[in-house]
Amino acid sequence: MAGAGFSAADAERWIPRLRRYALALTGNREAADDLTQDTLERAWRKRALWQPGTDLRAWLFTVMHNVYVNGVRSSRTTESLDEQGTAAEAVRAMQAESAAEGGIVVSELRTALASLAPEQREVVLLVGLEQMSYVEAATVLEVPIGTVMSRLSRGRERLRLLLDASMRSPGGASLRRVK
Amino acid sequence: MKDEQLHAYVDGAASEEDRRAVEAAAARDPDLAARLRAYAEQNRVLHEAFDPVLNEPHSLRVPMAPAWSWSRWGGMAATLLLGVACGFFVRGWLTASASVPVIAREAVLAHAAYVPEVRHPVEVVASEESHLVAWLSKRLSTPIKAPSLVTAGYHLLGGRLLPPTHPNDPAPMALLMYENAQGRRLSLLVKRESTNTETAFRFSEDGATRVFYWIDGPLGYALAGDLPKDELQTIARLVYRQLNP
Repeated sequence: MAGAGFSAADAERWIPRLRRYALALTGNREAADDLTQDTLERAWRKRALWQPGTDLRAWLFTVMHNVYVNGVRSSRTTESLDEQGTAAEAVRAMQAESAAEGGIVVSELRTALASLAPEQREVVLLVGLEQMSYVEAATVLEVPIGTVMSRLSRGRERLRLLLDASMRSPGGASLRRVK
Repeated sequence: MKDEQLHAYVDGAASEEDRRAVEAAAARDPDLAARLRAYAEQNRVLHEAFDPVLNEPHSLRVPMAPAWSWSRWGGMAATLLLGVACGFFVRGWLTASASVPVIAREAVLAHAAYVPEVRHPVEVVASEESHLVAWLSKRLSTPIKAPSLVTAGYHLLGGRLLPPTHPNDPAPMALLMYENAQGRRLSLLVKRESTNTETAFRFSEDGATRVFYWIDGPLGYALAGDLPKDELQTIARLVYRQLNP
């Protein structure tokens, strides 16, 4: 335990936020808890790399980002032959899960989110859900701020088009959305 | 309008000047206004969709002690040697039950929750000791005893029933609390153990709280206190002797 700038309890304070981000990122509870647990484990092993005085939340989110990206990369290489199939399956699974969990607008958002490119989804979530500044999001993702802005722009625009399309489709939410 | 200005507006990060410029542009351009509304709506629905998870219970923890850590094995070995030297009959001490670290953690949590309680540290007070012991035995479905720690200067304050903390381990637990003349408190957690494997004393610590825990027949015990390790171990031995006269 020597040399650690933060305690286990310091890190555990951020579990609800890490879990929320993980759930939005993966769309699946089990995967989200696995991602969170892997993040905590890696963060604890690498805790000497955290610089005291800097934002622990941002550091933990960076760790989660790296764990997530490694996971996406390995699943891409192992499943590249069947990518179409698994992506469609993932979307169906998410639809089933989100339909069970929320209103119709929520379920459409979750489906649309699942079809964004992972790097766009990350930015949309860090900014829109986690309410990080663009600078913080750039730090977490270890990319220039211009990259954050362009991913945010493309991600939000794509979400808008997907949600518009699903609202116009038969069985979409058009009747429920009276606002 | 640049995209950056629009997003900064939606995220509440625009300067006052940009904010006014974006609003003026949106007033002239219904498509732009619709886009801004859509982006703001995305943020709102994101919270609606995922905020509930913030308040959900979970069992995620920082895995603090990797299984191979030398300090941990060294500590265990030292504890074991001490135990053997003191004449404990140690059986099956290496078949560590997976639930043992759980009991140590539960003891620390219960200790932290109830020891600071000034007015309600226990549900049933020590003056009703026979009722307390009968009640807890019934709820744990196993006869339990409240060891006397008077020779160590601690008297029984009373006890309480604790809910199970793990879905695989649905039996309730008992917590007995002791206090000395200076007001220092110890808590003894007792729970049913499915493994029925006897173990030597094990030790763990979490901040100032130290825990000795062991399994004896059908029950697991964890003695927690904010005491130096050797003092707590002396009392743990006393508990063991009281339970195994």
